Amino acid sequence: MHPVFKHWLSVWLVSQAVFNPLAAQAAELLNVSYDVTREFYKEFNPSFIQYWKAQTGETLTINQSHGGSSKQARAVVDGLEADVITMNRAADIDMLADKAKLIPANWQSRLPNQSVYSASPTVFLVRKGNPRNINDWDDLIKPGVAVIIPNPKTSGNGKYSYLGAWGSVLQKGGDAAKAKQFVSELFKHVPVLDAGGRGATTTFAQRGLGDVLLTFENEVALIQQEFGADQFEVVIPPLTILAENPIALVDKVVDKKGTRKQAQAYLEFHFSPQGQAIAAKHALRPQLIQAPPSAFKKINAFTVKQVFGNWHEVENVHFVEGGVFDQIIIK
Amino acid sequence: MQGTQFQQYHGKVASKRATSEPTWVRWGLIGITVAFLGLFLLVPLAAVFTEALRKGWSVYLAAITEADALSAMKLTLIASLVAVPLNLVFGVAAAWAITKFEFRGKNFLITLIDLPFAVSPVIAGLIFVLIFGLQGWFGEWLIDHDLKVVFAVPGIVLATIFVTFPFVARELIPLMQAQGKEEEEAALVLGASGWKMLWHVTLPNVKWGLIYGVILTNARAMGEFGAVSVVSGHIRGLTNTMPLHVEILYNEYNYAAAFAVASLLTLLALVTLVLKTYVEWQASRDAASIEKEVTA
Repeated sequence: MHPVFKHWLSVWLVSQAVFNPLAAQAAELLNVSYDVTREFYKEFNPSFIQYWKAQTGETLTINQSHGGSSKQARAVVDGLEADVITMNRAADIDMLADKAKLIPANWQSRLPNQSVYSASPTVFLVRKGNPRNINDWDDLIKPGVAVIIPNPKTSGNGKYSYLGAWGSVLQKGGDAAKAKQFVSELFKHVPVLDAGGRGATTTFAQRGLGDVLLTFENEVALIQQEFGADQFEVVIPPLTILAENPIALVDKVVDKKGTRKQAQAYLEFHFSPQGQAIAAKHALRPQLIQAPPSAFKKINAFTVKQVFGNWHEVENVHFVEGGVFDQIIIK
Repeated sequence: MQGTQFQQYHGKVASKRATSEPTWVRWGLIGITVAFLGLFLLVPLAAVFTEALRKGWSVYLAAITEADALSAMKLTLIASLVAVPLNLVFGVAAAWAITKFEFRGKNFLITLIDLPFAVSPVIAGLIFVLIFGLQGWFGEWLIDHDLKVVFAVPGIVLATIFVTFPFVARELIPLMQAQGKEEEEAALVLGASGWKMLWHVTLPNVKWGLIYGVILTNARAMGEFGAVSVVSGHIRGLTNTMPLHVEILYNEYNYAAAFAVASLLTLLALVTLVLKTYVEWQASRDAASIEKEVTA
């Protein structure tokens, strides 16, 4: 063996021997999440790390990955080693069971409240004074109104906006043909389709495009905090859609990495009073505690289940290749 | 004597003719060019640095010394430190084979080298996900052997190598073609071995072109976004390169920090340009001195 090579080999072996046991001691979790939970987890993770340290003495590291929800779920299916996945639609987690057998199909029944720890309705954010006078879904298709919605193909946020528009027509007594006509008209008013909710926010708030942004209530709260409450106004339509945010651990990954215990505790912490309170603080409507009535405005909202049955059906009708959304966009 | 006089006269006429347009046309054209350069190059450049320093030096320094930023820089350096030498070796080998030898499938090889230019970087990233991803060809095998390629450092390095593949070869091929093979043939006739020929004849001849190719490769390796974005997984502090880190910071409303890290990439671009100019200047000086020797 060449002496230089031998030298490097020994360096490598020693470094392996030194660093690997350390790596094994400090458990790491990877939480793959959607776009607009960044700030929530910036507060939630340190709280859990502290809690876990007090409980077990173990120091955890929690890594975060954020992006458009469907894109993120796709990455996990393709091998991104997420210990836990925290999404805004059950369908994105179903994908892990359907496409990659990473989790069992009945994952939702493993945690309280069908694994839904928080919810957030889709609301409208308009510019100060509501110059376009936008109050309901019908106002979005008034001539000249530009609407910012993230791409429903890659973002759960966009899917909810799409389904909210569709459902609002159905709930007012319209039929599917009427709903399709309305949604088709709506997307003619969308100048750009960003890949995720956060991109759409930047387009609307930072770049100043569009008259109204459709996004989750928790994102709207953050926009007002970041850009100043005097720049924008929130409009809650008389009837809207409620996004339910489910979470799950990824069985194949945690069993391989030996992190099931930590991942399970991390998920359960979402449902604890402390976790629920952090969610409420970040304008995510808690599901297991009663938030103070002043914290959230009263809304009249429907869920996907109530109007569309289930996500499988929604995907197959609306968002598959050549589905209703594709037909609308091509027209 | 008469000849030179004629040449001087001719030169005068030519130079006069070249600028015979009315003043407003000349200044108008110069003005348009300057305005265009200013609008599309200088203003964005200035914007990066003003935005980066908007909240002062302390915020700027904090942003570029923060743990996630440092790990992004480290990853960017690792990716280019692996990609540049590999592509250097490959580029020289390919250019040598293509310009000094005749063989079947040569055109095919040239086309292959250009492939990364023709393919969109996003597709390049997807290729690696399709091959090494969990649902890909080698997904199961990699899991069984506890190896990670995509959504980890190896995937990022692979994607970087792929997109920077053509630069060195593309830079060398025209140069080596122009130089022909006479000097190599002479070396062979005089009894030089293959290695000796490479080290003492071929490489010195293409020195500046080679360095130029390496500079370009490095600039692209450090700046690549699309392909790396697809295979990264976007894990903060672990699989984010500098361009990806800029995007994350920007998406977290942390504009000052985003522009601070972006300003580092911009500085890299400026250094690249300076090096490039220096190399071009050296190359032209070398060429001039060779010409002098030949004429003398």
